[in-house]
Amino acid sequence: MNSSSLISLARNGLWHSNPSLVRLLGLSPLLAITTTVVQALGLGLASFAVIMGTNISIAILRTRLTRALHVPALLVIIATLVTCTELLMQAFAYSLYHLLGIFIPLIATNCIVWDRAETFANRSSVSLAAYDGLVTGTGFISLLLLVGAVREILGRGTLFAGMELLFGEPATSWLCHPFGTSFEMPLFALPPGGFIVIGLLIALKNTLDTRTLKNSSYNPPTATAENNLARTTDKID
Amino acid sequence: MTRPTVMNPAEPRSNQTIMLKVLLACSPGAVALFWHFGWGIFINVCLCAICALCCEAAALRLRNRPVSLHLRDGSALLTAVLLGLALPPLLPWWIVLTGCVFAIIFGKQLYGGLGNNPFNPGMVGYAALIVCFPEHMSRWIFPSDLLYEGTAHPGLWDALMTVLTGYEGVDGITGATPLDIVRQNSGLMINQLYDSNSVFNRGHWAGVGWEWVNLGFLTGGIFLLYARIFTWHAPIAMLGSLTAMSLFFWDSGSSASLGSPIFHLFSGATMMGAFFIVTDPVSSATSRRGRIIYGVLIGTLVFAIRSWGDYPDALAFAVLLANCVAPTIDRFSMRQPFGRADTSEPNTSKEEC
Repeated sequence: MNSSSLISLARNGLWHSNPSLVRLLGLSPLLAITTTVVQALGLGLASFAVIMGTNISIAILRTRLTRALHVPALLVIIATLVTCTELLMQAFAYSLYHLLGIFIPLIATNCIVWDRAETFANRSSVSLAAYDGLVTGTGFISLLLLVGAVREILGRGTLFAGMELLFGEPATSWLCHPFGTSFEMPLFALPPGGFIVIGLLIALKNTLDTRTLKNSSYNPPTATAENNLARTTDKID
Repeated sequence: MTRPTVMNPAEPRSNQTIMLKVLLACSPGAVALFWHFGWGIFINVCLCAICALCCEAAALRLRNRPVSLHLRDGSALLTAVLLGLALPPLLPWWIVLTGCVFAIIFGKQLYGGLGNNPFNPGMVGYAALIVCFPEHMSRWIFPSDLLYEGTAHPGLWDALMTVLTGYEGVDGITGATPLDIVRQNSGLMINQLYDSNSVFNRGHWAGVGWEWVNLGFLTGGIFLLYARIFTWHAPIAMLGSLTAMSLFFWDSGSSASLGSPIFHLFSGATMMGAFFIVTDPVSSATSRRGRIIYGVLIGTLVFAIRSWGDYPDALAFAVLLANCVAPTIDRFSMRQPFGRADTSEPNTSKEEC
């Protein structure tokens, strides 16, 4: 595969078909868990590992699986990877694992994992599938972190609280209060705040797109019968 | 989806005249609030008006809509005045600003501006504030009749400084509202409570100050009814169901009583809600039968949230919850136009447009 299609794959995963921003996949962990940066990062890394692992395994096995075996195989692979991630988190970040609670096992039902495995990894080489997992996972993590940061700053008045759960004791000093210690707006730590923040981010993305795409030669993917893309927040003709 | 409309009883009027009349009708209640709670109310209203008009103008500009045309219809100003009257006095300015942003931008403009908002914008702002800043929002100052000898509400300048700099020099003049006192009552008969607490024993028929505020809004509401700005259905239904609920739980004034009907009718935001919020033509139900159901729902919710909830008053949440079901109420309460043949399946043809 040549480099221009690699770049376009990256562009799609990170921006034009961002799994959370455009296709609104994996919305429930995104809205439920991103009240702080550390939770967002924890869940993001776990999901990233599962997406990568699933993509690679499916790409390896793709020639040996008949169509009928796809879903059962995918189920077993994802369940195994999620269990591994869960055990790893219990071993190395036990208190963070407790904070994230049910949302770690729920990665098994994350649509992003299923989507990448079913629409991309089962028809591409191992290295390309790994690359796609990297790009998609990064797109998901970056949005989680962004929403997490905004909601933590507004909802709790802190930034990087509890980072020691992931990075050990030195990270305690990362904690800062951008608007002073007494500021907080709990609305943003509650689910409505999550919806408001993600809605504003989608609006911002669409605004940036309409401004930049006018002058650029790049054509973002649109939903057609062949590429089977689900695009929720993009322009609908 | 088609939106049902109700024929207006009088001649057609512009939005502007309606809004101006409603603003005029606010004035008795506003004056009563000002009389009892001082300059803080005045500053709230002015600050809200400025913030709301700025938010509205900015949002209209971003949406490429004619700014001055929509600003002149007065709807943003009305929302701002109602929000300003509902907020406790001497709030820091940035809280008022946040409330206006939520009311105008999130509550109204993001849905498409006047006429398209499913929720009452003022109540969206109020609810957002009470979730965000519960401490500030539950801190009402004493009405002037109850201040200690030698203390007074801050004058215009002091109040302005308190609002702008957040200077906490006005502690000691805040206290529980009548609703707080009755909700937190444990063990006292209502009579004993009324005798022992100066909020009640210096009042005439409900809590000091609040009784006059509610009477003021009632007067304004009756003027609006007389001017045929809205129909009687929603406000009367709301007040009626609130009365019925409080009668049911009145328990003849025992220590478990949740307050008398007259107390509930003349406390907190009851009258303002009944005549200025519940009657919002955009977010309420539209048919007459629908408005009665809508009003009954709000009255019941107000009583329930007041009595068994933790928030200082219940109106905002009650109205927002009822706004959620208003389209459903409309759907099931609309009458078939005369001569329309099939009545068994209402609206199947037009609903999907």
